[in-house]
Amino acid sequence: MENWSLFSLCVLLGLTSRWAVSFHSYSGAGKPPMFGDYEAQRHWQEVTYNLPVHEWYFNTTNNDLNYWGLDYPPLTAYHSLVCAYVAKLLNPEWVELHASRGYESHSHKLFMRATVLFTDILIYIPAVLLYCFYFCDGSSKQKVATALCILLYPGLILIDYGHFQYNSVSLGLALWGILGLGLGWDLFGSLAFTLALNYKQMELYHSLPFFCYLLGKCIKQGLTGRGFFQLAKISLTVLVTFALCWMPFLSDPKQPLQVLHRLFPFGRGLFEDKVANTWCSLNVLIKIKTLLSRETQLFLSFALTLLFILPSSLKLLSKPNLWQFKLALVNSSLAFFLFSFQVHEKSILLAAFYCTHLGFCLFLRLMFFLFVFFHSMLPLLVKDGLLLPYVVTSLAFLFLSLYLLSALERSTEEELRLGIYRKLTRHWLPKLNLSRIIKWKFWFSLVAMAVLSFTSVWLEPPAKFPDLFPVLVSILSFLHFLGFIIYFNLVQLMEPQRKKSQKKTN
Amino acid sequence: TVMAAPMTNDQSWFYALALGVSFLKCLLINAYHSTDFEVHRNWLALTHSLPVSQWYYEATSEWTLDYPPLFAWFEYGLSHIACFFDKEMLVVPNLNYASPATVLFQRLSVIVADVVFFYAVKECCKCLREDKGKDLLGKPSFILTGLLLWNFGLLIVDHIHFQYNGFLFGVLLLSIARHCQNRHFEGAFLFSVLLNLKHIYLYIAPAYGIYLLRCFCFTQSNAVLVTLGTIVLSTFAVSFGPFIGQLPQVLSRLFPFKRGLCHAYWAPNIWALYNIADKAFSILGVKFRLLDINKLPKASMTGGLVQEFQHSVLPSVSPLATLVCTLLSILPALFKIWHRPNGARGFLRCLVICALGSFMFGWHVHEKAILMAILPLSLLAVDSRKDAGIFLMLSVTGHYSLFPLLFTTQELPIKIFLMLLFTIFSLASLKTLFRKGGALLNPLEVTYLLGLIPLELICEFVYPLTVWQKTFPFLPLMLTSVYCALGVTYAFIRLYNSLLTCSDTTKKTKMQ
Repeated sequence: MENWSLFSLCVLLGLTSRWAVSFHSYSGAGKPPMFGDYEAQRHWQEVTYNLPVHEWYFNTTNNDLNYWGLDYPPLTAYHSLVCAYVAKLLNPEWVELHASRGYESHSHKLFMRATVLFTDILIYIPAVLLYCFYFCDGSSKQKVATALCILLYPGLILIDYGHFQYNSVSLGLALWGILGLGLGWDLFGSLAFTLALNYKQMELYHSLPFFCYLLGKCIKQGLTGRGFFQLAKISLTVLVTFALCWMPFLSDPKQPLQVLHRLFPFGRGLFEDKVANTWCSLNVLIKIKTLLSRETQLFLSFALTLLFILPSSLKLLSKPNLWQFKLALVNSSLAFFLFSFQVHEKSILLAAFYCTHLGFCLFLRLMFFLFVFFHSMLPLLVKDGLLLPYVVTSLAFLFLSLYLLSALERSTEEELRLGIYRKLTRHWLPKLNLSRIIKWKFWFSLVAMAVLSFTSVWLEPPAKFPDLFPVLVSILSFLHFLGFIIYFNLVQLMEPQRKKSQKKTN
Repeated sequence: TVMAAPMTNDQSWFYALALGVSFLKCLLINAYHSTDFEVHRNWLALTHSLPVSQWYYEATSEWTLDYPPLFAWFEYGLSHIACFFDKEMLVVPNLNYASPATVLFQRLSVIVADVVFFYAVKECCKCLREDKGKDLLGKPSFILTGLLLWNFGLLIVDHIHFQYNGFLFGVLLLSIARHCQNRHFEGAFLFSVLLNLKHIYLYIAPAYGIYLLRCFCFTQSNAVLVTLGTIVLSTFAVSFGPFIGQLPQVLSRLFPFKRGLCHAYWAPNIWALYNIADKAFSILGVKFRLLDINKLPKASMTGGLVQEFQHSVLPSVSPLATLVCTLLSILPALFKIWHRPNGARGFLRCLVICALGSFMFGWHVHEKAILMAILPLSLLAVDSRKDAGIFLMLSVTGHYSLFPLLFTTQELPIKIFLMLLFTIFSLASLKTLFRKGGALLNPLEVTYLLGLIPLELICEFVYPLTVWQKTFPFLPLMLTSVYCALGVTYAFIRLYNSLLTCSDTTKKTKMQ
């Protein structure tokens, strides 16, 4: 069959599963007074449509910041404004100031879901297709298989079309950024990534790799000649994009400060809820949240994030090629997820997303990783009433990956890049068959996750520890993530470059 | 080019396709379901709560039992599992009861019953000619599996609209497969079982009857005929046995002729064209003052209710007339396989023609019945390029005519995506299969099929925004039916043509 038909089949399957998941519940459905993320998005449409720009991020009588105040950068606000215009055309009740709080109806749900689908088709899906077409090695069938796996990735589908968010916009824009850099269009890539950053500040997790890659490239071209001009052009693009996005807020110096205050709520503490990162897990043993002062917490998280991110960034700076770039993206997002301030569970999506792109050679760890991440979002999804789509999409993704990528067959030691571990353990345990250990570990983790999922859904926790199961889930996930960040850092720092991926290096 | 992953098992792609479509069906559990959902819930309730003697008399709900007894026993079996999901659904007075557990149970029962369909498709794949060493995506068995398992019509009728067609078509396809494998007793048995599950398959009973009599009975000893007769009769006896006393009541439930010529949504058959012609003549007649507007019956043809009414200009059509037309339309095909059987392929072709003929000329035909022609035609489509072309015409048109079944806005993207999915798959795969020898569809056919896109845009997007939505709400349905009726009629004529010319070529080779 021709390529275009195979690719279109993948897209259609992706779109069908997305829309089918959207039939289910959304976050905060029927739960007054605060509802959930769905109501937050609707509220932002209401605020941006009815209030003037300078009031969007401020606490006024018309805009109560305690009720889902805007806490994403301006591009999200503009997007909400556009959606609000459409909403007003269809049914003005949806965006009535104050009166539309908690508005829930079937047609409104359809409208909101349709906005997600629209931006998905516009931004995310073309980026995925182009990525698979240009940057995947292997035959065209392998490219199609990769595209299918990415498009059917349960995390994004469940968060965007179930819980309700617009992650596909920021992830899509970041992906366009990667595409741009990969094809050598640095300006386009920086533009796209800057837009992604202006859509969701979580993309800061990936900003350091982008910066180091571009800087490294410019340095390689010679800082006194072409490289300098290139750097100047890139910086200009970035600054102009920022200026354009923030233009309405630049008139008054108080505005940008307030926006930044909303984007980075340092007042809210080290973490909220149960999230699979260091602080939450550490909190089980030592109550650091109450033990240390706010400033110390801030400093500690900053220091540790920097510690874990510096080696990979420096390596990328010295060797700016695509493979290092991808690894740096994963490492950077993982480091931020594990050690940063006020991390939300959904941020793991950023790290997992780039793991999907690392290509066939790494897929065992990839699959493993994707699974673990996904599992750490189980409590959130159960709360939203999305158990059925969770089970179906994750099983489907698991079987699809196993079938198409024949996961466990190809995990020879070389494939797993266990050379590093080999070197380390050769002295103590020379007879170790590492690949078999990895396989056993995979199945063991899978079983453990399945058991925990089952218990967290169906069993009642003991009264003394009401949060037992979510905490266990977070801790298990955290341990895996820690293992992964160490592993990926080792791969990036110690591996020689893959010969296969020479295709599109600049 | 070979698939990325080496297949450890030659058949693993089959299970991948089956599992994939099952996952999709699970995701559709929360979709819209039609009144057919309540119909089956009611049947679960009445078979569970009432004694056998009451099954065909029960009339608390308007959805009385109108399938043959074996299906009632099937529902009875299901009701015992339903106990574990929600006991309330088995209470007969609980009309329109649709708790989440009920929906889950009923949807899962359809998904699980589809296992019969999977097995049947596997058996059908065995009947195909395979060339070794071909790329997986170009293998006839792969394409057939995709065309059957992922059939758009089955997906939306069974898993959204809600019915048990997958299970029933599984029995049909299994019976066909058995005939292809020359296991005729099993085939006949399966078909008798099928008739006792849903009597709509009477449409294709003539094909079975003629084929079996011709090929099987008269060429071998009388003992064969007797065995066959015993199998069929004993199946009917087991099924109708407990109801022997209430036979008239059962038959009146099974064949309700009080319903109108056209089902509410106007199946795209000859009568749709006939009705349109009648309407056109009456409008023209009034315009040119040939007819008196007061003498005409009210314009209830465009209404959605199921009624009997008279035509205004052309002669009215009675059930007997449709029966005669149907028989006339399938008689030539039956004669053909009587004189020149042509083996299992000829039988299959005749079966499709019988199904399509009954669809075209039958009384109160539901557009879902087009599936009875499309699914067996898939088997022929992967074998010959002429049939592939006819299949493409019929399947795209037939599937499009099912669109009005899902009229909710929420299901609109799903039906468009799934329709595109199936159409692109069938077009691309059949094109690859019959790469040599030119295009499968001629330009006229391509134009007709492309015309479905503006039709869809007009009917679902443009028309609802116009003024006429209030005054003539059923105009889009009428347009859809008429447009599709043209395609279906064309496919019917081409099928007949291929049947007649097919036997002509065998005549030629014989003479040489």
